[in-house]
Amino acid sequence: MKILAFAEQRNNKFKKSSFEVVRTARTIADQTDGEVIALVIGDQVQTIASELGGYGAQRVLAVQQPKLEKYSSTAYSKIIAEVLKKEQGSVVLLSATAMGKDCAPRVAVKLDAGMGSDCIVLKVEGENIIATRPVYGGKALADIKINSAVKVFTLRPNVFPAGISSGTAVRVEVVDIPLIDSDFTSLAVETIQASGKLDVAEADIIVSGGRGLKAAENFKMIEDLAGAIGGAVGASRAVVDAGWRPHSEQVGQTGKTVSPSLYVAVAISGAIQHLAGMSSSKYIVAINKDKDAPIFQTADYGIIADAFEIVPALTQEIKKLLGK
Amino acid sequence: MKLAVCINHVPDTAAKITIAADGKNIDKTGITFVLNPYDEIAVEECLRLKEKNSGEVIAISLGGDAHKETLRKALAMGVDKAVLLKDDSPRDSFSVSRALADYLKEISPDAIFFGKQSVDSDDAAVGTMVAEMLGLPSVSVAVRLEIANGTAIAEREIEGGKEKVQATLPAVITAQKGLNEPRYPSLKGIMAAKSKPIEEKVPAATQPKIEVIALRKPPSKSAGKIVGTDSSAVSELVRLLHEEAKVI
Ligand SMILES: Cc1cc2nc3c(=O)[nH]c(=O)nc-3n(C[C@H](O)[C@H](O)[C@H](O)COP(=O)(O)OP(=O)(O)OC[C@H]3O[C@@H](n4cnc5c(N)ncnc54)[C@H](O)[C@@H]3O)c2cc1C
Repeated sequence: MKILAFAEQRNNKFKKSSFEVVRTARTIADQTDGEVIALVIGDQVQTIASELGGYGAQRVLAVQQPKLEKYSSTAYSKIIAEVLKKEQGSVVLLSATAMGKDCAPRVAVKLDAGMGSDCIVLKVEGENIIATRPVYGGKALADIKINSAVKVFTLRPNVFPAGISSGTAVRVEVVDIPLIDSDFTSLAVETIQASGKLDVAEADIIVSGGRGLKAAENFKMIEDLAGAIGGAVGASRAVVDAGWRPHSEQVGQTGKTVSPSLYVAVAISGAIQHLAGMSSSKYIVAINKDKDAPIFQTADYGIIADAFEIVPALTQEIKKLLGK
Repeated sequence: MKLAVCINHVPDTAAKITIAADGKNIDKTGITFVLNPYDEIAVEECLRLKEKNSGEVIAISLGGDAHKETLRKALAMGVDKAVLLKDDSPRDSFSVSRALADYLKEISPDAIFFGKQSVDSDDAAVGTMVAEMLGLPSVSVAVRLEIANGTAIAEREIEGGKEKVQATLPAVITAQKGLNEPRYPSLKGIMAAKSKPIEEKVPAATQPKIEVIALRKPPSKSAGKIVGTDSSAVSELVRLLHEEAKVI
């Protein structure tokens, strides 16, 4: 299969999930005697693009111009679809990030392709790919097959391994896709960064707090633990609804879906809608004073005790271990 | 302003999901279906825009007769008109979008709203697919919206922040939690909705591009290990995370 891997960048930096997409394309190509073409879109992205060779791209294409510096749903999707047609590829892979999820549906329509979103497994079966994706907030898994000639998949971040770069740099081909003003009818005009904080959707470790923390100021303890362990702060909906934390930190069915290596749930009961957002975490730790809290059913390790006692002690112990 | 909002009828988020005997669908017995929570936000946004700018709000749902219940909820909240695109054949996001796009093209609204995702298939695709089919700009996952002088300026959530996106009308917006706080239907609204007509249309059949081979429960995780019941457990927890799980 000839696979086009869209490697998302912002501010001329790749996300880890971009490497995951290229590596996954490589894995599929290896099993199908295929080829991986990585595509980077932006302004002056040529210099960073060559890095994608290290993750298994045989060819790396850059489509660049100043107007592409900021994301445009309409323009980016046009470029991806045009490149796929030109290269006569059969599969497009994107990451299920804010950008990927916004772009992929347009790409699918342009290519008359079926789309599998937020996949957690891609398995080659003969001439096709079987994708597994969580549905009903992760309460079920669907194994799906796409029957159109071209297939589009978005991959849940943090699930597919990116591996380590082999260091192979590939010569970047700058490709010209002519764009006109009407290709930019939806355009990001400004990026508002949240004070350089690590986003829960991208963090490898998350420490989340729930209603049991009783007040906004008690999140200091969660921030300290997250700081010590190098993670992001997350929250349950109860906490967001109370206005203690911003919605951008909410984990769950109506918040973010996360798959970190480690998820620490502090004073969170483990409601089904919360589990929907974090049950695919690799390791889950629960700290709750109620031994019957449902979170213990999902947790790998639990401590049944008062969070106000455990969390500061845990922060100290981790600092000790990490020599901080 | 003519505003359209596409809404779905989905299992309540608290519903326990079991797999039907065919191994491809969910067993619907005993499940309460509700207006998709994100679509509720989309309906609310339309009502607020109408209150500000006058105009009409049309709610559209594709599905079987059961979807009328959800359309009635939208009517009770205050939408002016409800349309059922009656079809309960299996569809994927692409074929759902096609049917909605065909109808929307007929009524050509100034803005079309969706929830950012439907909590059944969790595809997060239909709004943007419809935009592409109609050749319209779109903003997905909007948490703030302002419409003025034929332009929509919206903020959407991205990793680590927000992105301000500009789109010329007519445009498609998909709603994320935070955009507004949906109202509860008033008793008067609920009563009035009972007698309002629901227009029915039959969309063209479209072959889905996705085939569900199997629907299954995620492998159940056995309950983990309780490391302890007081702070003396902390050092053991750190050891387990470091040596057994190797995550720190
Ligand atoms: C449509 C819909 C969508 C939803 N989406 C989401 C979502 O995206 N994310 C989400 O999180 N929820 C969501 N919910 C809400 C969800 O059902 C729960 O209400 C919510 O997750 C509860 O948050 P919590 O665990 O913080 O609070 P609670 O359920 O109140 O739990 C607090 C916990 O803290 C423990 N506790 C109290 N004091 C201490 C202490 N001193 N030390 C240790 N433990 C203590 C208690 O034992 C309890 O288990 C949704 C609900 C609906 C209906």
